[in-house]
Amino acid sequence: MIQAGVIGVGQTKYDAKRRDVSMGGLVREAIDNAMLAANVEWDAIDAVILGKAPDMFEGVVMPELYLADAIGAVGKPVLRVHTAGSVGGSTGVIAATHVCSGQFKTVLTVTFEKQSESNATWALSPRYPYSPHINAGAGGYFAPFIREYIRRYDAPEHIGWKVAVKDRLNALKNPLAHLHIPGIDEKMVSDTPMLWEPLRYLESCPSSDGACAMVITSKDLVGSRDVAWIKGMAVRSEGTLSAGRDEVNPQAGIDCAKDIYDQAGITNPYKEIDCAEIYVPFSWYEPMWLENLGFCDLGEGWKLTDKDATAIDGEIPFNMSGGVMSSNPIGASGMIRFGEAALQVMGKANDHQVEDAKVAMGHAYGGAAQFFAMWIVSSSLD
Amino acid sequence: MKKVAIVGYAQHPILENAGALNEVELIMPVVHQLFDELGISQNNIDFTCSGSCDYLQGAAFAFVEGLSAIQTNPPIKESHVEMDAAWAMYESMLKIQMGDADTALIYGFGKSSPGRLDSIISLQMDPYYISPLWPDRVSLAAIQARVLLEKNIITPEQMITAVIEARTNSKNNKNALVTELVDKESYLASEKISSPLNEFDCPPISDGSSAMIIASEEKAYDFTDQPIFIEGIDHRIESSNIGSRDLSKPTGIMASIEQLKLEKTKFDVAELHTQFSHEVPYLQSVLNLSDVPTNLSGGPLVGNVMMCAGLDAIGKTYESLKSNDLTNGLAHASSGPCLQHNMLVHLEKKS
Repeated sequence: MIQAGVIGVGQTKYDAKRRDVSMGGLVREAIDNAMLAANVEWDAIDAVILGKAPDMFEGVVMPELYLADAIGAVGKPVLRVHTAGSVGGSTGVIAATHVCSGQFKTVLTVTFEKQSESNATWALSPRYPYSPHINAGAGGYFAPFIREYIRRYDAPEHIGWKVAVKDRLNALKNPLAHLHIPGIDEKMVSDTPMLWEPLRYLESCPSSDGACAMVITSKDLVGSRDVAWIKGMAVRSEGTLSAGRDEVNPQAGIDCAKDIYDQAGITNPYKEIDCAEIYVPFSWYEPMWLENLGFCDLGEGWKLTDKDATAIDGEIPFNMSGGVMSSNPIGASGMIRFGEAALQVMGKANDHQVEDAKVAMGHAYGGAAQFFAMWIVSSSLD
Repeated sequence: MKKVAIVGYAQHPILENAGALNEVELIMPVVHQLFDELGISQNNIDFTCSGSCDYLQGAAFAFVEGLSAIQTNPPIKESHVEMDAAWAMYESMLKIQMGDADTALIYGFGKSSPGRLDSIISLQMDPYYISPLWPDRVSLAAIQARVLLEKNIITPEQMITAVIEARTNSKNNKNALVTELVDKESYLASEKISSPLNEFDCPPISDGSSAMIIASEEKAYDFTDQPIFIEGIDHRIESSNIGSRDLSKPTGIMASIEQLKLEKTKFDVAELHTQFSHEVPYLQSVLNLSDVPTNLSGGPLVGNVMMCAGLDAIGKTYESLKSNDLTNGLAHASSGPCLQHNMLVHLEKKS
C-alpha cells in the first residue's frame, strides 16, 4: 500500500453562530489554515474531498456544487461524502484513500457544518410516511442506549458529570473551542436541566458553526515537513435495526477498531496508544467507547473515567481539545477528531498537547450508533 | 495502477411514480438481481458504496434508510456519496486500487415524483444570492442551450434529432420510461417551457434505482469470463458561478480528455448523461463522437433517475460492450446546473 501522511491541519474558530462568514468563507478559513500549515500551494492539490452531514442542516443541496470555488476545486476532481455523524472521519479516510490508491499525490479534504443556518433537531427528525414520527434529535435517540449501559454495569450518575467537566476544562486550553466555561464543576453540570434522562444540558454537545481541513500527501512528497503518518484507517457500518444488534456496544465499532489496530500492529490499545480524540457528543459515550474500542473490558469503562485515566495527564487521555462536547459542527466533528490526533503526534497541539505523544487515534461515529470511521496516526513510519 | 473491471449491472424499470415503493423496495430487487446473476451474496462484497440525495426523499439520511436493503450483519465496509452513484463507483474503484477491497457493490436510487425537482435543483445554487431567486432546472439548462445556439455550436435541427433519436432508441431499453415516438411536427408544435426548451427537450420526472458490481482484475474473472475494464476515468468540476463560466467551453471535460488521452481512442459506442436535448450535440462535438453511436439506450431523455442516471450511462455502456462485438466505450456522468461537474469513463473489453 502507498504510504500517506497528514502534513497540515486547519480549523476555524468554532462558535454558535459564525455570522461573520458565509458557508464559503467558513470552509475557506479552515482550508487556508491547513494549506499554510502544510506549506503547499494550490497547484499542488490534485483533488478535493468535501464532507458534511445532511444537506438539510444548511438548506444547500449537494453543496460541493456551490462551494466549488471556495474549496479551490475548480478544474479538479471533487467528491462529496455523507455518512451521517461519522462523515468527518469517513471523509478523512476517503481522502487518504485517494492518495493510497496511487491516483493522486496530494489531496485537500474539508468538512464543515454551519448549524446556525438551520435547526439540527428539526433536520434530524424526519417524518416518514410509513413510520411513526419520532421528534427526538440525537440526544433523544441515544439516551435509551445510555440508560441501558448504566443498568448493565450499575454505573454511578456522577460519571456523566465528570466527563462533561473534564472535556470543558480541556477546552479552556483550546482557543478554537466553542464552549469556554471557566469554573465548570460537577455541581454546575448536575444543576442544569435534564434534557433526555440521564443527560443534562451540560452533558450534551453544543450546536456549532465550523470547519476543519487537512492536507494529505504521499510519502515521497512529505519532504522535511512535520507529518502524522497514517498507520491504519477503516470504516464499518451496520443496519439501524436488526435482530441481535447491541446498540450499547455495536459490533461495527468493535470490528472497525480491530481493523485499524491490526493495520497499525497494535495489540494493547490502552498501553500502545498515547492519546485519543474520540467522538463523545454526550458525556456517557466516553465510558461506552472506552469499552467498545477495547481500551478495557466491558463494564470497566466508567471506572477508568472515574479514576481520571482519560484526563490529559492520565493513562489514556481522551479529547484533549475539548472534544465534541465543546465544539460540534456536526459534519466536521469527526475530522476534528482525526486532525487533532494528527496534531498531537506532530507535537503541534499547543496548550492541550499530550507530552511525548507518538501514537494517536481519531474516531467518529454516526447514525443510530451504526456508522464508524477511525484512524491511527503516528510520528514515525516504523 | 491496479486494473478494475465492471462485472455486473442491473437497473430497475424506470417509473413515472413509484408511489408507495420506498427506497428499500427499489434497491433490493436490483441488488438481488445482480447477486443472483453472479451467484454471490453480500458476503462476497468487500466494499459497498451508494449515491443518493436527501432532498429527493424530503428527509435527512435517505441513505440510512436505503442501507436496510443490504445485509449488514456482520457489519460491512460501507460509504455514501451525496452525488450521482457514478461517483460511488469512483470511490469504490479507489478502494480497490488501494488494496482495501477486491470487490465492490455500488447502488444509487432516487424518487423525483414525490417532491418538486425544480425547487430542489434551485437549492444547488449559491444560497445567498441565487437560490432565493428559485432558478428552476429547465431555465438553467435553457441558458446554456441559448448560448450554444447563438454561437452556432449546435443547431435547433440537432436538438430535434436528439429528441427523435432518443425516443427511437428507447426500444433498445426495456427499462425506459418514455417510449412514445415523436416526429418533427409534434416537436415544433410543442410550447416552450423555457425558451429554447420545450417538454420534449427535457427529461421526464423519474423514480428508480440501479446497482453495479466492480472487481479487481484478479477477482473479476471469478465472476465472469468477460469483465469490462475501466481503462480510464477522470472527473472535474467547474465554477458554481454561471456568470463566470463560458457555457460554450467545457473546460473540465477538456481537461479530462487530455488527462485520459482520449483524442487517440476510437470509440465504438457512447452513453452520455445528457439530461436536455441540446447537451447531446454539444457533448458529441466536444467528445468527437460525430460518427459514434451515442445513447443507444435513449439516455436520460427517456428516463432520468436522479442520482442514478450517471451510473446508468456507465452501466449501459458496459452492457453494449458486453453483448456486442465492440471494444471501446465512453460513458459520461454529470452533476450540477449547466454540466458543472463531469466524469468521463473509458471502458474497454479485452480480447
